[in-house]
Amino acid sequence: MREVTINPITRLEGHGKITIFLNEQGNVENAYLQIPELRGFERFCVGRKAEDMPQLTSRICGVCPVAHHYAGTKALDAAFNVEPPSAAEKLRELMYCGYIIYDHILHFFYLGGPDFIIGPEAPPEKRNILGVIEKAGLEIGKEVIKHRAYGQKITEMIGGKATHPVCGLPGGISKSLSEEERQEIEKMASSCVEFAKLSLKLFYDIVLENEKYVDMIKSNAYTLKTYNMGLVDENNKVNFYDGKVRVADPHGNEFLKFEPKDYLNHIVERVEEWTYVKMPYLRKVGWKGFVDGADSGIYRVGPLGRLNAADGMATPLAQEEYELMYKTLGGKPVHSTLAFHWARLIEVLYATERAVELCKDTEITSTNVRNLPGKPGEGVGIVEAARGTLIHHYVLDENALVKNVNLIVATTNNYPAICMSIRDAAKGLIHGGNVNQGLLNKVEMAFRAYDPCFACASHFAIGQMPFTVEIYDHEKKLLKTVQR
Amino acid sequence: MAKEKLKFAFYWAASCGGCEISVLDINEKILEVVQVADIVFWPVAMDIKYKDVEKMSDEYIDVCFFNGAIRTEENEKLAKLLRKKSKVLIAYGSCSYMGGIPGLANVANRKEVFEKAYLKNISTVNPNGVTPKTRVKVKEGELELPEFYDTVKTLAQTVDVDYYVPGCPPQVELTVNALETIAKGELPPKGAVLAPLKSVCDECPLNSLKKEKIQISEIHRVYEIISDPNKCLLEQGIICMGPATRGGCNARCIKAGMPCTGCGGPCPNSPEQGAAMISALASLLGLEEEKEKYTEADIEKLVAQIKDPLGTFYMYSLPSSLLKRRVMKK
Repeated sequence: MREVTINPITRLEGHGKITIFLNEQGNVENAYLQIPELRGFERFCVGRKAEDMPQLTSRICGVCPVAHHYAGTKALDAAFNVEPPSAAEKLRELMYCGYIIYDHILHFFYLGGPDFIIGPEAPPEKRNILGVIEKAGLEIGKEVIKHRAYGQKITEMIGGKATHPVCGLPGGISKSLSEEERQEIEKMASSCVEFAKLSLKLFYDIVLENEKYVDMIKSNAYTLKTYNMGLVDENNKVNFYDGKVRVADPHGNEFLKFEPKDYLNHIVERVEEWTYVKMPYLRKVGWKGFVDGADSGIYRVGPLGRLNAADGMATPLAQEEYELMYKTLGGKPVHSTLAFHWARLIEVLYATERAVELCKDTEITSTNVRNLPGKPGEGVGIVEAARGTLIHHYVLDENALVKNVNLIVATTNNYPAICMSIRDAAKGLIHGGNVNQGLLNKVEMAFRAYDPCFACASHFAIGQMPFTVEIYDHEKKLLKTVQR
Repeated sequence: MAKEKLKFAFYWAASCGGCEISVLDINEKILEVVQVADIVFWPVAMDIKYKDVEKMSDEYIDVCFFNGAIRTEENEKLAKLLRKKSKVLIAYGSCSYMGGIPGLANVANRKEVFEKAYLKNISTVNPNGVTPKTRVKVKEGELELPEFYDTVKTLAQTVDVDYYVPGCPPQVELTVNALETIAKGELPPKGAVLAPLKSVCDECPLNSLKKEKIQISEIHRVYEIISDPNKCLLEQGIICMGPATRGGCNARCIKAGMPCTGCGGPCPNSPEQGAAMISALASLLGLEEEKEKYTEADIEKLVAQIKDPLGTFYMYSLPSSLLKRRVMKK
C-alpha cells in the first residue's frame, strides 16, 4: 500500500498532518488528519482564580483570543449567577463584531480566498495575499489591510488589548465607552460595511462568474451531508455572542435547540488513539464512524454551519446575501464545504452592520457596565468563534477557585467532518497514483475552507502552509518527495 | 558601497500565535524592516524547510526572533539548530522568555493531562480507556504522533540566549524599538531585556494620583468590587503586579480598568518576579514595618486572603522562576 504524507513539517505543534494511504491501484484507501497538539489547559486551569479564566484561556489561540475571552466571561456570568447591565452586553457584542471582522477578513484574503482568487492550480508562491493584490489591484489590497486593522482597533478600544483582551468580568466589563470613542468606532464600522460589500462583489466577480469554480463548489468531492450547529437569537437568526444552540438535521429541519447549560445532554466526545484531539458527535444520534447522513451524529459548525442552522441574518443587507446564496446553490441547506467561504463573507457583512447598529444605540456609552456577582458555582458559556461553536464550562469552589474545567473548541466540533472532507477530496481527486501539486492543494482546500485553528500558521501575512508530500510504494519504500 | 542587508529569521515553538500577530501589527513599519533586512526563515509565512536552514553556514542568520516555549522534541531541535545558525538569538514574548501561561502546565505532568482530557472528562464517553499513542497501527498502515515532555522550558533553559523582548504579546513599540536598535547596530550588552528600565507603575497614569504611602488592610478580588478608575488598584486592595513587572506596555491593562498580571516579566533589579511582588505586598500590608503590631494569627488571616498565589504571582513566569515546576514523583 502506498502512503502519502502531507506534513507541514515547519510547525508541528498546532498543526495538522495528513496521511493518505493508497492501495495497489494507486487509488485512495483512506486518509487521516492527525492533530499533534495537546497543551493541558483543562488541567492547569484547575486551582486558578475564576476571574483569571477569560485571560488564561485566551492563550489557547492568539488569532481568536476574543472568542475564548467571552466564552470564559459568559461562563463566569453563569457561574456567579449575575447578568451584566445591558450596556455591558452591547459593548461586549460590539467588541465581538470587531473580532469577527478582522478574523474573517484575515481568512478570506490571506488564507482561503487566494485558492479561488488566484486559482487552485496556480503556483503556490502566487497563492497568497500578494497574489491577491496583484490580481485584484493594490487599491483593494490597501482596503484589506486597513479594514483588518479597523477590526483589531475596535477590539482593542473596548478590550484593552486586541490580542489577549482583559476587559471581561463576571457581571460586565471593566471599562465603559466614551462618546469620543463611540464616534470613532462608528466611523470605522461604517467603513467596514462598505468594505464587506466590496468583498462580496469581488467574490461574485471572481468565483461565481467562473463556471469551473461553481462546478467545483457543487461537486461531490466537496459535499458533506451532516447536521449543522450554531447559536441563534430569539428569532432563530445567526448570533455570534449570545443565544441558544440550534442544530439542523441534514435536510435542514430543526433537530435540537438548547440552552448553553444543557450542552452535556446533546454533545459527546470520543477518543481516538491516533490523534490528540477528541471527536464530538450528537448524543441523540450516536457515533457511526466517519460517515455523513441523518444516522451519523457528526455535525458541522462555523460560517456555513451557522447559516444552515439558522433561519437567516438579523441585519438587512446580510439577509439579502443570505437569500442569494441559498438561491444560487439550490436551496437550503447547502452541504458544499467550499460554500464556507461565501458564508464567511456574508457573516462579515452582518458583523459590520450589527456594529453600526450597536454604535447608534445611545445606551452604549452608559457608565453602568458592571453588576456585582453572586456566590460562585457552576457555569457554561457558549459563543460562536469565527470557526464555530465554542464551549467553556467551569465549576468553581466556595473561594471562587476553579475546581473543574471542560472546553470544546470550535475546530474540535468540526474535526470529524474535516477528516471526512479530506478523505473524500483525496478520493475524488487522486486516481491511479497520480499525485500532483494542484491535486494536493485541492485536498488542502477541503480543510482550509473550515479555517481550522490548528492550521493557524496559515493565517499570517504572506502565508502559505509549507507541505511535504512523501509517496511510498506498497513496501513502504520512498519513491518520490514533492515539496511546495 | 551599499551596506549589506541583515538577515532575519522568525520562528515559533510552543505558542498561541499571538506573537506572530504582534509582528504583523507593526503594519507599515514592516516595509522599513525589509529595506534593511531580508527575512530568510519564517515558517508561517515562507516556504523554507528545516533542511534549508541546516544547509546554512553557522551564524548565517544575523538575528533570530524565537517565540514560544519549549515542550516537544521538535521545539528543542529547532532551538538548537537556530542557535547554531544565528549570530544573535532573541527570546521574543513571554513564553520564550519565561515559559508563559502554557508554562503553568508545570503544575502537572503528562499523565495528569491525559487523565483530565481523555479519561476523567465530563463530556467524554470512553469506556475502554483509550488514550492517544505515539505509534498506532491502523487498518491501512501505521501512524505516529510526537511525544510531549513533562516540563515546559524557556528558551534560555535550552540554549544560550542573547536578548529578550517581554510581553504577551510584546507591545508594538517594543518590537519596533528592537528592530530599530538592531538595524542601527546599537545592541546593548548580551543578556539585556529590550524594554525600558522601569516598572509598569512608572508608566501607569494612576501612579501620580496615588498617596505618598499606601497601606491596605484588606485584599479584594477584581470581580468583587467596582473599582474607582482614578485610584491606584493596589490602594483599592486589588492585587496588581505593576510594582514587580517591567514596563514597556504603557500600562495598557490598567488603562482598561484591569490589574497588571505580570506579562512583562521581572523588573531590572529583581529577577524573581513572584517573590518581588510578594515582598511588595507584604510591605503594603504593613507586615514589614509594623511587625510587632501583628500576631501570627493576624498574619495568617491576611495571607489567607491571597487566593491562588502561584497563578497570581507566577502567571507567566513559573518555568523561569526558582520554583520551575511541581516536584515530580519518580
